Amino acid sequence: MQTEHFYYDNKTVKRFAYAVLFWSIVGMLAGLWASISLFYPSINLGLPATSFGRMRPVHTNAVIFAFVGNGIFMGVYYSLQRLCKTRMYSNLLSSLHFWGWQLIIVVGAITLWAGKTSGKEYAELEWPLDIAIAVVWIIFGVNMFGTILKRREKHIYVAIWFYIATWVTVAMLHIVNSVELPVSMWKSYSWYAGVQDALVQWWYGHNAVAFFLTTPYLGLMYYFLPKAANRPIYSYRLSIIHFWALIFIYIWAGPHHLLYTALPDWAQSLGVVFSVMLIAPSWGGMLNGLFTLRGAWDRVREDPVLKFLVVAITCYGMATFEGPMLSLKNVNAISHFTDWTIAHVHIGALGWNGFLTFGILYWLIPRMWNTPLYSKKLAESHFWIGTIGIVLYAVPLYWAGFTQSMMWKNFTEEGQLRFQFLETVTHIIPMYVTRSIGGALYIIGALIMVYNLRKTIRQGHFTAQELAEAPALPAAETTHGRTYWHRWIERRPLQMLVFSLIAVAIGGLIEMIPTFLVKSNIPTISSVKPYTPLELHGRDIYVREGCYLCHSQMVRPFRDEVARYGEYSKAGEFVYDHPFQWGSKRTGPDLARVGGKYPDSWHYNHLLDPTSMSPGSIMPNYGWLFDTELDTLRTPGMIHAMQRLGVPYPAGYAAEANGDLARQEAAIRASLKGDKISTGANKEIVALIAYLQRLGKDIKAAPKEQTAIKDGGALMGN
Amino acid sequence: MSVIILLLAASIFVALIFLGLFLWSVKNRQYDDEFSPPRRILFDDEKK
Repeated sequence: MQTEHFYYDNKTVKRFAYAVLFWSIVGMLAGLWASISLFYPSINLGLPATSFGRMRPVHTNAVIFAFVGNGIFMGVYYSLQRLCKTRMYSNLLSSLHFWGWQLIIVVGAITLWAGKTSGKEYAELEWPLDIAIAVVWIIFGVNMFGTILKRREKHIYVAIWFYIATWVTVAMLHIVNSVELPVSMWKSYSWYAGVQDALVQWWYGHNAVAFFLTTPYLGLMYYFLPKAANRPIYSYRLSIIHFWALIFIYIWAGPHHLLYTALPDWAQSLGVVFSVMLIAPSWGGMLNGLFTLRGAWDRVREDPVLKFLVVAITCYGMATFEGPMLSLKNVNAISHFTDWTIAHVHIGALGWNGFLTFGILYWLIPRMWNTPLYSKKLAESHFWIGTIGIVLYAVPLYWAGFTQSMMWKNFTEEGQLRFQFLETVTHIIPMYVTRSIGGALYIIGALIMVYNLRKTIRQGHFTAQELAEAPALPAAETTHGRTYWHRWIERRPLQMLVFSLIAVAIGGLIEMIPTFLVKSNIPTISSVKPYTPLELHGRDIYVREGCYLCHSQMVRPFRDEVARYGEYSKAGEFVYDHPFQWGSKRTGPDLARVGGKYPDSWHYNHLLDPTSMSPGSIMPNYGWLFDTELDTLRTPGMIHAMQRLGVPYPAGYAAEANGDLARQEAAIRASLKGDKISTGANKEIVALIAYLQRLGKDIKAAPKEQTAIKDGGALMGN
Repeated sequence: MSVIILLLAASIFVALIFLGLFLWSVKNRQYDDEFSPPRRILFDDEKK
């Protein structure tokens, strides 16, 4: 067995590390901006790009795909080569992967600021970028699997299993969730609608948490923690067991985002059960990590890298206990739509993902530049400032979440709601201020890190290609005696993978094709009709401005919600919503039944200056809607697309749609005129008013129409 | 709700891939030695 010499590629690791540092600051600043706008709405400067509705998706995409994404790639490219004792499979693919990913991020940020959004949370990027993401992900996969296949270490360490699971599942999630029909270069409508879209979106969304924010980072933990502590993992067996358990259970937890909504009860319960079961494999990971430091805790006291890793793993444990608790229906009834959810997210994001990334950077950069860290003291300062930042971020939001929920549910002795919605918002403003201070501290810590690492880089010398040696793998293992036929494929993992995929794909196709040829599965309430062309335009504007980020459209079957908003939402009301817009948060009131509640002039004034109708409101002004023309040339394309997605507009309606649009538009302008408001023809504001005035009205149609419901089960949501 | 058929198909598809990989890993004797791997990774192979 001869020893082979080869070089590890550190150059790609370096590039990804620089990207992590850059995007961490950009992404967190976007978040800070968004958080400040909640108590100081004028920060949006009266511009569309800087309003909360557009800033928030820039923030989430930047921190998840740019910060965590590049963090994953940095860690994978470093650890995979060394665990496999081989160089990355292809230099070209490494370059394409890096530059392709950064290009997606930059174009993504620009398009999101420009309002090109699909309106699906954590999947806002429009269809050209969805295709680009798939291409770059495949490039990454080929590079990663190629490296594994040419490994000189036969044993596949547990971290690599986490990377494999990440790659496979993210590919599946992204493809299924991105099924959409383009209507223009930067606009598409999701193939799924209403309840269906909600389920797909949160099957995707929760698994994005699972397989983008969790599994790759557990993989990184299993490599970088032992290396940094110079101690073996506490229990290798536990790592294997919790890995397989985690990846099988996680996929089913998605419905916990849809508790007490119009999703069928049995689907909700399934999500609850699997979410609670998830505590075990998640804590398997946390305990394995923390116990690895048995006997090394004195070193945690001295080493900032270990401090970051310990807090990261602890936050992982906290978040993976809190998550299942929030999945219990009785807890969720209080927490859903409140800031408690945001607090929970940021324990995981700032604590687990952020601190693990920082720990890895502090360990990796000195190593690759062959020099000690420039200042251990600055790293310690970063640690403490960042930790205090996390606490000041989360605790105020716990307080705000509870407070707001209790206020929503508060009744007087006479049975009236005690608080107006707006009162519940103004009451928690101090918590929003404190949260922003926490976030700012966290960013200051990160800036200290950037400075510290920059000084470290400048004092060191970088090894772009690291010489290493390892014996080649022995040739194919000898077998003794007769072997059965299956052995042929077992020794060829790649062929096994391909044949398994073919076998399963055939099964999958046989299942799926008949289902989609049978259209009758969609529940209908006969009084629910498609949106008019003008309302469709208004809906596109609603999606573009990110209204769903502050306003939900889902009245839950609770006494306080029915009292405040009206009849609770039924599945059949959303059948034409491509995409669904139930929302996840109520910074503003629910809008599911806002149709007809206020006159057109109220909406006009409110969107121009919310404080004129709601004194103390934190909603930004939407002045540009009053000057921008509606692009009615798009109307036939929009109607046609909706028809292809199954919305029952009459045949040939695309040609007549603009006629109906003009009539409805004139009627609204006339009603505004009646309230002494005159507005130019064909402005976007009229379309948005039309959409808002339609919400929730259909099921209030004449009672005798309801006997025409095709299937009695439809109202129960099926 | 018929979309759940698609989600089930996709999830089971991925789960079957994982099952296949798991069975392969056991048959490939990946877990026969639980002592060495956590210690092996602590050693670097750079030529100093």
